[in-house]
Amino acid sequence: MDTQSYLPVQPGVGMQENFLSLDDILLSHERLPIRTECAFPRLGYLEKATDAQDIPQGTKMELPLWLSKGLYERKRRVLSVELPKVYREGWRTVFNADPNVVDLHKMGPYYYGLGSQMLHFDSPENPEIAQTLLQTFIGRFRRNMDSSQNAYNEDTSALASCQ
Amino acid sequence: DPLTLHSSAKAEGRSDLIASIKLRHCCLLRNQRCVTAYLYDRLLRIRALRWEYGSVLPANVRFHMCAEEVQWFSQYKKSLASFMRSLGGGEGLDITQDMKPPKSLYIEVRCLKDHGEFEIDDGTVILLKKNSQHFLPRWKCEQLIRQGVLEHVMS
Repeated sequence: MDTQSYLPVQPGVGMQENFLSLDDILLSHERLPIRTECAFPRLGYLEKATDAQDIPQGTKMELPLWLSKGLYERKRRVLSVELPKVYREGWRTVFNADPNVVDLHKMGPYYYGLGSQMLHFDSPENPEIAQTLLQTFIGRFRRNMDSSQNAYNEDTSALASCQ
Repeated sequence: DPLTLHSSAKAEGRSDLIASIKLRHCCLLRNQRCVTAYLYDRLLRIRALRWEYGSVLPANVRFHMCAEEVQWFSQYKKSLASFMRSLGGGEGLDITQDMKPPKSLYIEVRCLKDHGEFEIDDGTVILLKKNSQHFLPRWKCEQLIRQGVLEHVMS
């Protein structure tokens, strides 16, 4: 529906997800590289690489964000989550240097959303990650705003006016 | 149910199973979230239908709704109607009309499909036959325009 009467539930702000938001549900479907810190008996069938009946401790595998969040505990007794490449130091340096050159869609379509969710996993790099997310947004904001108002061959001055 | 399974696992000393139980529980919660969000989104779209199509839903739309949704729609209709009746000091105001400020009171419309007889306020009956054109009060036509029966002719 393209009318203004249909108002879907918006995604959550920052580290919070909105339970009923379809966008947040899609976002939390993204897979993350994790390492199990305990064994998962009888769930071997989830790990397609081996034929074992159980998932042993120390297995490296990928789990969707929703499952990683659900299982994660502060003391890391259950699993530890690795930062996806985009949020690690190497890429952060690129973003800090010039946020406008990166193809954010190619980096996984939910750069900001997933980045904010990564802060749930108590990485020591959290302050730097948060800072880079914010600075990247600020750096790209101007060009995004400009493109959005000049995309059509139409008079869009009504959008920018304060009426 | 997973929670009693969890506490009985602890009690029986099978605490090694807890991680797996927790994982399956997360899966159940995920399924519950997806289903709830889907049903809720349907309700939001059904609510928008009242504003789009008016208070009578076309049969092809009703066909795709379950009984509970039809009931929800009729209750939403009633709530909206009683709210509208209470506006304007008890006189009532139809806020589903004139969603954008109108430029004129009467408009020229062309009929896109046969719709039969249509009565306007002074009692006259208009026959809405395909391709006929009429000069009618704007507010009477709005719903039919939204439904695709009439087309606003702008010269």
